[in-house]
Amino acid sequence: MMPVLTVRELSASYRKNQVLNNVQFNIKPGTMTSIVGPNGAGKSTLLKVILELHPKLSGNVSFFGSTYNKSKSRIGYVPQRGSVDWDFPTNALDVVLMGLYGQIGWFKWPKKSDKEKALAALSQMGMADFADRQISQLSGGQQQRVFLARALVQDADLYFLDEPLAGVDAATERAIMDTLKVLKEKGRTVMVVHHDLQTVEDYFDHVLMLNRTVVAHGATKETFTKENIYRTYGGTLRWMGEKLG
Amino acid sequence: MMFSLSFNAQWVLLSTLILGMAAGIMGCFAYWKRQSLMSDALSHAALPGVVVGFALMGTKSLPVMIAGAAASALLGALLIQWIRSSSRVKEDAAMGIVLSVFFGLGIMLLTIVNRMPGGNQSGLDSFIFGQAASMVRKDVYIMAGVALLVLLISIIGFKEWKLFLFDPGFARGLGLSSRWMNSIYMAVLVLIIVIGIQAVGVILMSALLIIPAVSARYWTNSFLWMVVLSGLFGGGAGMVGTYISTLGKGWPTGPFIVLAASSLFLVSLAFGVRKGLLVVYLQQRAQKKIHVQSMSHAQATERGR
Repeated sequence: MMPVLTVRELSASYRKNQVLNNVQFNIKPGTMTSIVGPNGAGKSTLLKVILELHPKLSGNVSFFGSTYNKSKSRIGYVPQRGSVDWDFPTNALDVVLMGLYGQIGWFKWPKKSDKEKALAALSQMGMADFADRQISQLSGGQQQRVFLARALVQDADLYFLDEPLAGVDAATERAIMDTLKVLKEKGRTVMVVHHDLQTVEDYFDHVLMLNRTVVAHGATKETFTKENIYRTYGGTLRWMGEKLG
Repeated sequence: MMFSLSFNAQWVLLSTLILGMAAGIMGCFAYWKRQSLMSDALSHAALPGVVVGFALMGTKSLPVMIAGAAASALLGALLIQWIRSSSRVKEDAAMGIVLSVFFGLGIMLLTIVNRMPGGNQSGLDSFIFGQAASMVRKDVYIMAGVALLVLLISIIGFKEWKLFLFDPGFARGLGLSSRWMNSIYMAVLVLIIVIGIQAVGVILMSALLIIPAVSARYWTNSFLWMVVLSGLFGGGAGMVGTYISTLGKGWPTGPFIVLAASSLFLVSLAFGVRKGLLVVYLQQRAQKKIHVQSMSHAQATERGR
């Protein structure tokens, strides 16, 4: 089967420091991949470079055998919660509606049917009662669910999520993972930057272990081994090694 | 009161109303781009261009001076960006540098031009504090026309502005180019500043961009209403300030516009329904009352036991 995402010899840097070096992998359709690695391994940068939000030094990225620009409408992105100003004067429903702006068309106003779609996505995330709520008055977990609802209405084939489970409550974690599973069952592909090594095996069928370059990549069962974890995290993981022991 | 004004003065009032509305709306965008101060740097940076434009033509030709203002404001913007990206100087310091250097240069050029034969009759000084009354019919048309254009750009692309200001990264994913939006934003901001400086002056032009937006924030939690209110506040301040300045001979317009805008801000700060001082005070008092009541109730039940 043709991969939905192909990354070839990708390198990128922040000012002086090279954060990604010769990154190379393919993602098969219908898989759910977690991207793990120590702090500074370049996980978020990888997503940003793939989505052309950060410039690359060299390398090649293709989506569905085509370029990013031609595939934009098939790609959904959930940025880190801290990337926007939640004091912005708007409500939850409005934020979700933004996911539909591409389909609505530029310079046109959302119709009633668009609002219904957005509301349905909010309900799917268990947030129907908060549609009119100011986004500044939502908890961190609720804000994350709003972001996920916004990605859902995009109805994309390939989703990128940047630390969606960081600092959220248990109910939100469950709601998000249930939603991602539904996406996977529908044949969509999901890539998640993830920080909690203990849930990798439960949540994801594939794992991409990153430390500036790809250390290991494959089905979680075969790839997420103690040896690979040690190779990815090196000495920084002594305490976690015990935990996983 | 408007009836007693001359036909020209009515036009001036109408155009500062439209200018204020456009500035209020753009100020809202600048506020959420965290660039309120940028408008101040840009308007100060416009002064050398105004003076050079005048010196080139030897006479007060508004289109040339506007072009000069736009060129030097854009140069200032580019310099700020360049200093920020290529040195360790932060954006606020970069704006401080550009603002003072360009303004100083402008004042120096102004002094030289004023000493040239015929220069002191140029009325160039009015560009510093603004003199709406000195505008001729053609100036008024240009200003009103450009302000209307800015108004139109912000209304047609309202949905896009909102997305771009809230989450530019996500906007890019939807195909809304940040480079384009940033360029349009900067172009419109410079446009509104340069057409406003004759009426409001380079020093105080930014007040018409900043104050209405922060005032509007006190009244609403909706972006649409914040933009509408900011436009109304800006238009109101522009018109009232201009009207007062026409009452005396040679009164500058800028300071009166700022006074009008600040009065609106003070009212908003005190009585605004969204975190205005009075509302916050009343909420805290009510909370305290509930707390004291529940405490005394608890004590009473304790004693009753």
